[in-house]
Amino acid sequence: MVVGGGIAGMQTALDLAESGFYVYLVEKQAGIGGVMAQLDKTFPTNDCAM
Amino acid sequence: MTLSEVVKVDGAMGNFTVTVQQNPRYIDMEKCIACGLCAEKCPKKVPSEFDYGMGNRKAAYILYGQAVPLKYAIDADTCIYFKNGKCKACEKFCPTGAVNFADTAKTVEVNVGAVVLTPGFKPFDPSIFDYYNYQQLPDVVTSLEYERLLSASGPCMGHLVRPSDQTEPKKIAWLQCVGSRGINKCDNGFCSSVCCMYAIKQAIVTKEHTTGDVSQTIFYMDIRSHGKEFEKYYVDAEKKGIRFLRSRPHTFIPGKEGKGVKLEYVDETGNLFTEEFDMMVMSIGLEAPASAKDLAAKLGIELDKYNFAKCSSFDPVQASKDGIYVAGCFQAPKDIPQSVVEASSAAAKASIALAEAKGSLAKTKTYPAEQDVAGQEPKVGVFVCSCGINIAGVVDVKDVAEYAKGLPNVVYVENNMFTCSADTQVLIAEKIKEHGLNRVVIAACTPRTHEPLFKDTLREAGLNEYLVEMANIRNQNSWVHANDPVKATAKAKDQVRMAVAKVSLLTPLEYLSLDVVQQALVIGGGLSGMTAALGLADQGFETVLLEKTERLGGNAWNLNSTWKGEEVVPQVEKMVQKVESHPKITVYKKAELKTCVGSVGNFVSDVSVNGETKVVKYGAAVVCTGGKEYKPTEYLHGQDQRVYTHSEFDALMRKDSAELAKSESVVFIQCVGSREPERPYCSRVCCTHSVESALKLKKLNPNMNIYVLNRDIRTYGVREDLYTEARKQGVIFVRYELEKKPQVSKQGDDLIVEIEDHILHRPLKIKADRLVLASAIIANESKNLVELYKCATNSEGFLTEAHPKLRPVDMSVDGLFLAGLCHYPKPIDEAIAQAQAAVSRAGVILAKSVMPLDSIKSVVTDKCDGCALCVDTCPYFAIKLVSYADEDGREHKRIETDKALCKGCGICMATCPKGGVNVMGFTYNQIKAQIYSALQSA
Repeated sequence: MVVGGGIAGMQTALDLAESGFYVYLVEKQAGIGGVMAQLDKTFPTNDCAM
Repeated sequence: MTLSEVVKVDGAMGNFTVTVQQNPRYIDMEKCIACGLCAEKCPKKVPSEFDYGMGNRKAAYILYGQAVPLKYAIDADTCIYFKNGKCKACEKFCPTGAVNFADTAKTVEVNVGAVVLTPGFKPFDPSIFDYYNYQQLPDVVTSLEYERLLSASGPCMGHLVRPSDQTEPKKIAWLQCVGSRGINKCDNGFCSSVCCMYAIKQAIVTKEHTTGDVSQTIFYMDIRSHGKEFEKYYVDAEKKGIRFLRSRPHTFIPGKEGKGVKLEYVDETGNLFTEEFDMMVMSIGLEAPASAKDLAAKLGIELDKYNFAKCSSFDPVQASKDGIYVAGCFQAPKDIPQSVVEASSAAAKASIALAEAKGSLAKTKTYPAEQDVAGQEPKVGVFVCSCGINIAGVVDVKDVAEYAKGLPNVVYVENNMFTCSADTQVLIAEKIKEHGLNRVVIAACTPRTHEPLFKDTLREAGLNEYLVEMANIRNQNSWVHANDPVKATAKAKDQVRMAVAKVSLLTPLEYLSLDVVQQALVIGGGLSGMTAALGLADQGFETVLLEKTERLGGNAWNLNSTWKGEEVVPQVEKMVQKVESHPKITVYKKAELKTCVGSVGNFVSDVSVNGETKVVKYGAAVVCTGGKEYKPTEYLHGQDQRVYTHSEFDALMRKDSAELAKSESVVFIQCVGSREPERPYCSRVCCTHSVESALKLKKLNPNMNIYVLNRDIRTYGVREDLYTEARKQGVIFVRYELEKKPQVSKQGDDLIVEIEDHILHRPLKIKADRLVLASAIIANESKNLVELYKCATNSEGFLTEAHPKLRPVDMSVDGLFLAGLCHYPKPIDEAIAQAQAAVSRAGVILAKSVMPLDSIKSVVTDKCDGCALCVDTCPYFAIKLVSYADEDGREHKRIETDKALCKGCGICMATCPKGGVNVMGFTYNQIKAQIYSALQSA
């Protein structure tokens, strides 16, 4: 079980699922994504955070 | 499990029972098609938490446009029906009957083997600082609010305006360390690690969000650009005209008519200035989440004094209880790459703990037999998506659908609200059977995100998955032509016509796969390499560890303690012993990689081991080739024996601390060889190391005079506590600029350090008994490795990762991962976290014996004459020249593609002057048909 669906939680859940585990991802909000989804761009590449 | 919270945790590692409360969504996830009608009709406006209250949402809402899951929810706290018992507008208008006001909270029990905690952080609330007037002054915003103001999906659609009068600000200032590095009022003694960089980023991108000239000023204490490529970004920002002021204004005074702010500040010359700004951004810190204490109590794990999870440097994501792991800002404040590293690291730890259960609950999908479409006339089905109002709000989708019916080979057309919804997949499968469709066009969004879904739908319906073509009438049309619906509709027709022309020529492609050698190679036997090898072996993979010297352990043997005070050498000894006795690890010392053939899943290398050649087969490799201390030639190093580097000084401390205690004065000089034109990066660890050493010296002799000459002190995260403690104990920190470096000379027998004091602006002359140079960390030579693997380094020789933010341990070559100093200077805890992350990433490849490959690959045609032009242009080194004999036995040359390396980019095809190579799914004929169709008019 991964508690928290931000960037860290999503990455852990993906890695575990792709390694052959059944994963529960628990998020208190209505959707996952966390704070990173709220950011505009990220440095140093200035990629869109979304 | 969204809208869910952990209530209770029982049991132990391998067998936890977690009670989770699932709060009601009031909307049936199965039925919701995210059409958005509920929100459109909902009369109740609520400040949007996603935009920090600067924009509105409805009581029926999604968090943000691209939310996952894309399912609406009703916020019972604000919904009119829940308050007054009347309204239900959403229920009336919902086309699928998804609204369910009778929904209730459910409690479920889940049985799991391990728990990973990633609850994130709480943005600091600056309201408690009455002198910043955050609540009173509209143009004072937090950095996260500013982020939303810049965002295209934010309250001002990405065109920056200030809140007070909705005009474009011309002069913006940032104040750093709000709620970080301060114990006045908020007890946040730590550095939040990320604010310097995000403030610089915001200052730079502000220009893209405003129309005219804009000036940006950052008020700071120390700029902490200690990450990979960060220092260059900072220097570049200065060049771009961002003003950096080392100063701390005390109060935000209201500007004229209450708009903007007026600041009074003293700069480094000691003079007082008054300046007005149109907008003020507070760079707020990252606190432990409000739920941290509660969560820790439920799980029985320990927290530190700031309520971050307690972890050891040698096991950085392990919480204080077995089977529970932490990652991200809950462990300590950190940036995205480091959070992603720890996330993979936690996954590796959980994988190891549960290695026996791996795969036991994983399901393998089975598909029906595929119908043979060879020789069949193309029968195309076209599905035109409205994407809620995303496409239909601009493009007349009904008209496009009607138009598609008249196109050649098209036998069925339908318009869907959401072509990607689960029920539409069922519908597409039905229509394929009903109308005997053998090709499908989806006119919707981007194949990048949605093609896998539609491929799967085709496969489930018994068609080869490569018989689908997408026309992107959203990203390439409705999003960019929002103000010209007529032309947008015409363009959508063109796009659909082109897709139909191409799809008619598509042929089924053979599914490719690769047998995976479920063994790993680790290159480098330092702490990172040993951690990687142990992690891979503990997951059950046979691992070969190469070490170029005669001894495992690397640089760690020369370190005394971590910044948390844990002794290093006993840990290294333990680890070396574990590696050498592990049944699944083969250690080759005095070893060097000689060759490499193959690709992800299937590498073969010759390794020279003490002169003897051995062959190693592996599916994935972790590169941990390390780094070393720069040996300075400056500041009399090598000429006066009282001048040391950090590692030399550490050795002295181990050997003769009694002698050292007799010193009256010790000087540290920071950034020796770092942050200079020749090496324009920060070595990340040296500030903490100097402060740590200074504290140890103070312990040996409290009367010792200690000076740390620095450009910025970069004790990021909780390391800041050490810096605070050093100042408390009387360590003197003197700042210098790159242009005015300290001068070291021998005057008589005395070692003299001269520097201009940054406060008094007078020269200081310090007689030093010992001088310690915080010299840079440089990468070990990796030229040979780079050539063998065709991977890359940055301009300073550090190996390059696939993506600096989201794939921080993957290398640009599939199947290769990196960790430790070869990637960038870093302390032990971060090197170990990265090595564990590499274990997880490599584990994903090694977990399965067969790996599916995409079938879009280049293939040689009979026109190839072996000119080899494409061999040189292929960026993935996937093409080689081979000889073959024709029917008459004459020898010819032609190309051959390595299917595991080819990414189907098509550069070979564009380069070839004679049609000698084709990319499957994008052949000449298919693309030609598309182009001819584009040139026809509707």
